[in-house]
Amino acid sequence: MRHVITLCILMLSVLNAKAELVIEITSGKQSAVPIAVVPFNWGGDKALTENVSQIVANDLSRSGYFKALPQESMLSQPHKQSEVFFRDWQLLKQDYLVIGDITQKPEGGYAVQFQLLDVNTKTSLLNQKLTGGPASLRDIAHYMSDRIFAALTGLPGAFSTKLVYVTTNRERTRFNLSYSDADGAREQNIFTSKHPIISPAWSRDGKQIAYVSFENGRSEIFIQELATGKREKVASFKGSNSAPAFSPDGTKLAMVLSRNGNPDVYIMDLATRKLDRVTKHYGIDTEPQWLPDGQSLIFTSSRIGKPQIYKVDLADRKPKRITFEGDYNARARITPDGRKMVMVHRSNGNFHIASQNLETGILQILTTDTQLDESPSVAPNGSMVVYAASVGDRSILAAVSLDGEVKFRLPSKYGDVREPAWGPLLK
Amino acid sequence: MQKTALVKALGLTFGAVLMTACASKGDVTEGEATQPLAAVEQAGEEAQTKGVEAQAVAGEQVEAAAAEAQAALMDITTFYFDFDQSTIKADSKNALIAHAQYLSANSGARVVLEGHADERGTVEYNLALGERRALSVSRFLQANGAAAGQIQTVSFGEERPAVMGHNDDSWSQNRRVEIKYQSR
Repeated sequence: MRHVITLCILMLSVLNAKAELVIEITSGKQSAVPIAVVPFNWGGDKALTENVSQIVANDLSRSGYFKALPQESMLSQPHKQSEVFFRDWQLLKQDYLVIGDITQKPEGGYAVQFQLLDVNTKTSLLNQKLTGGPASLRDIAHYMSDRIFAALTGLPGAFSTKLVYVTTNRERTRFNLSYSDADGAREQNIFTSKHPIISPAWSRDGKQIAYVSFENGRSEIFIQELATGKREKVASFKGSNSAPAFSPDGTKLAMVLSRNGNPDVYIMDLATRKLDRVTKHYGIDTEPQWLPDGQSLIFTSSRIGKPQIYKVDLADRKPKRITFEGDYNARARITPDGRKMVMVHRSNGNFHIASQNLETGILQILTTDTQLDESPSVAPNGSMVVYAASVGDRSILAAVSLDGEVKFRLPSKYGDVREPAWGPLLK
Repeated sequence: MQKTALVKALGLTFGAVLMTACASKGDVTEGEATQPLAAVEQAGEEAQTKGVEAQAVAGEQVEAAAAEAQAALMDITTFYFDFDQSTIKADSKNALIAHAQYLSANSGARVVLEGHADERGTVEYNLALGERRALSVSRFLQANGAAAGQIQTVSFGEERPAVMGHNDDSWSQNRRVEIKYQSR
């Protein structure tokens, strides 16, 4: 049963069908904090391939917590603290200022010295030097954004994280499993097929992706190593094999199998490949998801006739219904702190993303301006939810903050984009 | 649409009798075994009482019409469902019974039942829904004479729409099970 297939990471020449996501911010927080990211100093001969300060400004704006000052509004462009006239920035009503300097390292690659300054107290909050190889400017920029975001909000930044998602052409004759930065940049296709690909899911260490591929005429589950492209078929039982979800400790994979005639939730031990059946019901049981403690799962079930979310403790195996509002609640995902879940919720015939507080049961609909919303995936710092939606006759990725205030879209230049999965925070 | 018209024309008598037979049993629930052949025999007997002289000729006509109607019903290979439902609709049953009878009479015949859903709702739920639709058709075929070993089921969820539109008409065409013969 164990097939190990080594798949060469496909060369760029066959990956010309790139989706190329471009961010459009459609709504920000009322309380967004004004911050000025001054263009960084660069003394090199050749122009840099990446605009580091612009990437940082975009990252911070996209989070919704900050509002970056446009470059043309700046009265001066200091690069060192000694060059900063705080009154300029007070006049522009800026709370924070980021300045920096990029230098080429003698051995190749770059060093970026940056400083985060508090305009009101005229103090330095961060003063760091970040270094990286010749192709690392974008990584350095995202890392800088993470540090600034963490210093000012107390939350870890998620700008250095990655997304995976599925792109297809309009004719649905080509499917790509794509991998990109959290802002949609540097997209690569890590698997391509003429047959559907669905349900990509990250391992907690960010090294593997489990997904469902129909390449053999029906749904089967594969696990692919990101670094090598090596992949392995882990579930191809009779019937459907789908909805993989890695356990928090990475040793198990929850999944949905219909080997006994009807879709039920199972847990596979990845070392032994032994299966443990969690649900036994004639209704649909699908979309399992682990709670952060690894002791219970939530899943979608049609056991009352309509899809609702249930929670099952692995100790007693007795599913308890946890959604009661609306006649369609499905594909729930838990926030990293375990306090809320987000899901697809239908109200007035429209499918939107909603959050539900797991303690109080209070439900909040987060999305309003997109249609047929599906596949919500929570950022690993719990700030945003990325999801797939229909805008016009295209399927695009969009994101909304957990409080519903911040919204942005990641429309693709090509085809449809679906099934996003936001990767973990990496050390 | 042409096929539908053809079926209506050819199977008018046969179909009408069949419908009556089904209807007389009340609203047929999923998987319930109906007995259309008995219904045809009954119809024949009823026809016989009308005129003794025309007996032989009328009988041949009924048989020929029945065979043609059966062939026309076999041409229907796509069966539609309501949103979030896997219950076989009443208007699918005659054609499904024809397929079941064919499978019963031809033990070497093999079919794959492909279940599909419309794009609304979640991808995985729709995969499960497509599977339940295929399984529902499989049970119905088996209840009407097909053998389990002749049938395979597969679901494509919302991944293989028949039509690409984003409206009620497109959605209704995408919520379906397709019967595909692997061997006849």
